[in-house]
Amino acid sequence: MTTVSLTVNGQSVTADVDPRTLLVQFLRENLRLTGTHVGCDTSQCGACVVHLNGQAVKSCTTLAVQANASVVTTIEGISQGGDLHPMQAAFREHHGLQCGYCTPGMIMSAIDIVNRKGNAVDEQTIRAELEGNLCRCTGYHNIVKAVAAGAQAMAQAPLQQAAE
Amino acid sequence: MTATGIGAPVRRKEDQRFVTGQGRYVDDFNRPGQAHAYFLRSPHAHAAIRSIDTGPATIMPGVIAIFTGDDLATDKIGGLICGWMIHSKDGSPMKAGPHPALAQGKVRYVGDHVAVVIAETLAQAKDAAEAIVVDYDVLPAVVDTAQATKASVQVHDVSPDNTVFNWHLGNKDETEAAFARAKHVTKIDLVNNRLVPNPIEPRAAVGEYDFGTDNYTLYTTSQNPHVARLVLSAFIGVAPEHKLRVIAPDVGGGFGSKIFIYAEETVCVWAAKKVKRPVKWTSDRSEAFLSDAHGRDHVTHAEMATDENGKIIALRVHTTANLGAYLSTFSSSVPTYLYAPLLSGQYDIPAIYCEVDGVYTNTAPVDAYRGAGRPEATFVVERLVEKTARELGQNPAEFRRKNYITQFPHVTPVIMTYDTGDYAASLDKALEIADYKNFEQRKQESVRRGKLRGIGFSSYIEACGIAPSQAVGSLGAGVGLWESAEVRVNPTGSVEVLTGSHSHGQGHETTFAQLVSDRLGISIDQVSIVHGDTDKVQFGMGTYGSRSGAVGMSAIAKAIDKVIAKGKKVAAHVLEASEGDIEFKDGRFGVAGTDRSMAFGEIALQAYIAHKFSGQDLEPGLKEGAFYDPTNFTFPAGVHICEVEIDPDTGVTKIERWTAVDDFGVIINPMIVEGQVHGGIAQGVGQALLEGAFYDESGQLITASFNDYCMPRAIDLPSFQVGMTVTPCPSNPLGIKGCGEAGAIAAPPAVINAITDALGHEDIAMPATPQAVWRAAQKSRMPMAAE
Amino acid sequence: MYAFEYHRPTSVKEAAGLAGQAEDTKFLAGGHTLLPTMKLRLAGPANLIDLGQIAELRGIERSGDTITIRAMMKHAEVANSPEVKEAIPALAEMAELIGDPHVRNRGTIGGSVANNDPSADYPAACLALNATIITNQRKIAADDFFQGIFTTALEEGEIITQVSFPIPSQAAYIKFRNPASRYALVGVFVAKHSDGVRVAVTGAGSNGVFRVPEMEQALSGNFAPEALDGVAVAEDEMNSDMHADAAYRAHLVGVMARRAVQAAATRG
Repeated sequence: MTTVSLTVNGQSVTADVDPRTLLVQFLRENLRLTGTHVGCDTSQCGACVVHLNGQAVKSCTTLAVQANASVVTTIEGISQGGDLHPMQAAFREHHGLQCGYCTPGMIMSAIDIVNRKGNAVDEQTIRAELEGNLCRCTGYHNIVKAVAAGAQAMAQAPLQQAAE
Repeated sequence: MTATGIGAPVRRKEDQRFVTGQGRYVDDFNRPGQAHAYFLRSPHAHAAIRSIDTGPATIMPGVIAIFTGDDLATDKIGGLICGWMIHSKDGSPMKAGPHPALAQGKVRYVGDHVAVVIAETLAQAKDAAEAIVVDYDVLPAVVDTAQATKASVQVHDVSPDNTVFNWHLGNKDETEAAFARAKHVTKIDLVNNRLVPNPIEPRAAVGEYDFGTDNYTLYTTSQNPHVARLVLSAFIGVAPEHKLRVIAPDVGGGFGSKIFIYAEETVCVWAAKKVKRPVKWTSDRSEAFLSDAHGRDHVTHAEMATDENGKIIALRVHTTANLGAYLSTFSSSVPTYLYAPLLSGQYDIPAIYCEVDGVYTNTAPVDAYRGAGRPEATFVVERLVEKTARELGQNPAEFRRKNYITQFPHVTPVIMTYDTGDYAASLDKALEIADYKNFEQRKQESVRRGKLRGIGFSSYIEACGIAPSQAVGSLGAGVGLWESAEVRVNPTGSVEVLTGSHSHGQGHETTFAQLVSDRLGISIDQVSIVHGDTDKVQFGMGTYGSRSGAVGMSAIAKAIDKVIAKGKKVAAHVLEASEGDIEFKDGRFGVAGTDRSMAFGEIALQAYIAHKFSGQDLEPGLKEGAFYDPTNFTFPAGVHICEVEIDPDTGVTKIERWTAVDDFGVIINPMIVEGQVHGGIAQGVGQALLEGAFYDESGQLITASFNDYCMPRAIDLPSFQVGMTVTPCPSNPLGIKGCGEAGAIAAPPAVINAITDALGHEDIAMPATPQAVWRAAQKSRMPMAAE
Repeated sequence: MYAFEYHRPTSVKEAAGLAGQAEDTKFLAGGHTLLPTMKLRLAGPANLIDLGQIAELRGIERSGDTITIRAMMKHAEVANSPEVKEAIPALAEMAELIGDPHVRNRGTIGGSVANNDPSADYPAACLALNATIITNQRKIAADDFFQGIFTTALEEGEIITQVSFPIPSQAAYIKFRNPASRYALVGVFVAKHSDGVRVAVTGAGSNGVFRVPEMEQALSGNFAPEALDGVAVAEDEMNSDMHADAAYRAHLVGVMARRAVQAAATRG
């Protein structure tokens, strides 16, 4: 067992874990944050994307112990009070989800895209930047629209952006 | 149309939980005391099992139990079933080999279930599985669809030549006669590539047994929990139907692959009682590739006859359909009754004859995948129509138009009665949206840049809303295909709708609520949709074949009608009028010709307090149920146009434009319908350009992860131009035709027709990967193809 | 994943010491090759030494005509580094083409170079840019470092600490992705140095990353796409799989090389 201490969605967490525990397992099983999903075992689908120290990573390809002393944000940690994060709201408004399984990873990736590429990110850039996220339901059409709209909305909501 | 009624693009009610990570999928459920199951799978495509030594594994850390096929047999647990009987041409029933949930004596594909380890943790179960010693006598394998019946390898004892059935449909003599007098015959050989469904949520199951009550519970990733319960109880025999509760909570996509009843959930329910612990299994993606039922896998030769006027006069088709190593739940229906009846397409073809040979191979079972049979039929028809038009030197759009069916109802030579449609209207609209008139200009511009540009059409039709019961029963279905609904009105006027349809991405919680809101005049926030739990919903046939709208919602509509009828009786008592004078309008029960009326919620309250009427002449309460069995299939149809640009230097095909004009009849929520179209197109484009499941000669799946099986990504697809035309469906009260599969059905031939148009020849198979297109471009006579 | 012991050293010396003491060790850098391999139980080291907490393995410095990137710098950091973008824009662009955004946020230059995956991008950059791989024990020229698929000059327990790249006058990297895995099916890195042109190819060769002397010669005389007309790589040295057979790969090497030269020349 190895001790791991980290901050998850603003809360300090310390636990003894088997070193082979993946970050996603730690989030889902130890912390019961089941919004982060597992859709593959080859680090491609992106259903498990969370933010590690503010950057999007695949929590299925990160050991929990590697996240020691880090700040982790999951889909459960991005909304403020009762309000949806602008990107969450954009996915809902633009029907950027169907079965909902890839959605948490998509939204976490989308916020990361905006953080890196800005609020005026265009369609081709969004499509290219979604390289690491698979969706089987939507054909991506509405996801792309949602990310573009969410990016715009994030410019209008700087407080929420900063809170992440 | 109100803001939340039929036709409104209402934002989805279910999204609040999904965008916040609060959805609850099967793997999110952990039961107290839960143990973990891991399946030891066959590494060989075909082998006899001489012995299984579980001894060393049993004593490993955390191991609770290890079971093999013998343990299931001892408990008299039956095999998995195929619920659709197909008869061969000679009248003999299909040859169904045994399908034990855990192998008995033989394994028949890589991934076949050999043993299950149940341990405290999944890691411990995997560790122990590696310690099980299986002595295999490895046998040669048959994997090739076209060669299956000629192989010396025999997959099942019941079928010496690996044939499951030799089935046919249509009129052979008339077809042969038409070919004899044809002016022109167009021939084509096609492979409809094997696909892996790959919903992003892998399958999962949690089995639980309560020794106090003798009740079993199964949490499972199912599109049809009641059918799962029926099969698990009546046929497999793991638990009596009334003692088994099946819960399919939020399910992360299905596309057909979660219709079927698999070995894993069977074993989890059974083992939970054996080990006296809840047992959980969650598939990883590698397991999903090996053992989820695959889709498609047809090899077809087809010919189309035309007369001197360019009219299609006959079609004959021979297809070999690979059903894999075992017959999965609905597998036999897919290449037969879900396939050949669609071979008339949108065209008036007087004579059609189709033969289908279903074959066993040492590959994963093949069953319904989005579209199920209809994409295969559409690929045959639309590739042939396109090729015929080219050979006749006719414009492919106008050739289609000339052959469209224009009078309805229309009876095809392949048992379908098309009820309604306006195919030319969809074609006209699609040509306009696609800016077809300027295509030639765009093509020349591509040529100037050293690129090849092509345009391809797909004028598809599908039979959806899979039903009615009498029809499917006469064709061999083991079940009836209706749907049930119960509408419970609460004393406060809010409504719960219990439906046998299951939602795994389709947005039923919203669209079904829209129907209720529309009919009862209440807010959609006052409506809850309850589904996916056999303890709550009495029965249901589930969601597949684009049936939830046409069949499931029709059942709800029927129950609502009954609620309104009962409400009128209540209102008559409360408003002291005769029942015949009560009108229900805009959410109010009123007395005709007066200003006396009460809101729906007020009448609901009166129904429950029952102060104003005697319980003898009118029962208290307001709850009605309905079973709805439609009168026909529905026939969504449309035109998709794909425009591609090919880089002949690399073979990369880029989809430049996609136009879809579909006639889905009446639309409840256009936002959701368009989303269904988008997703379907993506899967169809995936089949055409990217996806293919391939086995090597020894039966190893060489596309066994996302590293080799190419899933469509955002960058592979364009934004889609989607338009609609509407001819209401006459066979259900809502006029709905269904939209879930259209894109996957329409897309593959549109893509390949565009590529072959660009290449100038027909020699390209699916998936048209860059390598394949580059090679095909070498063969093209196009001036820019030389590299 | 098999069980292992986890170690988190804070210096290269400590890491090397751990590797010397423990049996069956692997170094964990970004983990984006190693962890997936371990998850599928295709690797099962008894000891995992995480290099993630070692400060001396972090940083990018320019000194004269050389850019030095320390081993634990992530692909995204290289892609976004003002120093790299200014000195060798092709290298930053290459880093931006690795995997996907999430992979780039974890994967490192040291891990990629040490692994020498035949489809990885960094080996091509190192070869074409004539990089020097610096370890805790020595300096190794890229030409000597990459020795075939998943094989390098690294000794057991040797740790890459940095990679230094001479700054070329012109360079570009063009990658043709495997449609499924998105690794390089063929990637060609072309770099024009004061003493000649170097062309390195990843993804295509049956023995891993390789240079193409014929192309280098042709381009050293005339750094233009048309200089490559008639110059081809041998099919029988190409990798062949379901995504691309040897003939297609050989063809793509030519196409990607021409496009890389075009891109490099256009950059000026």
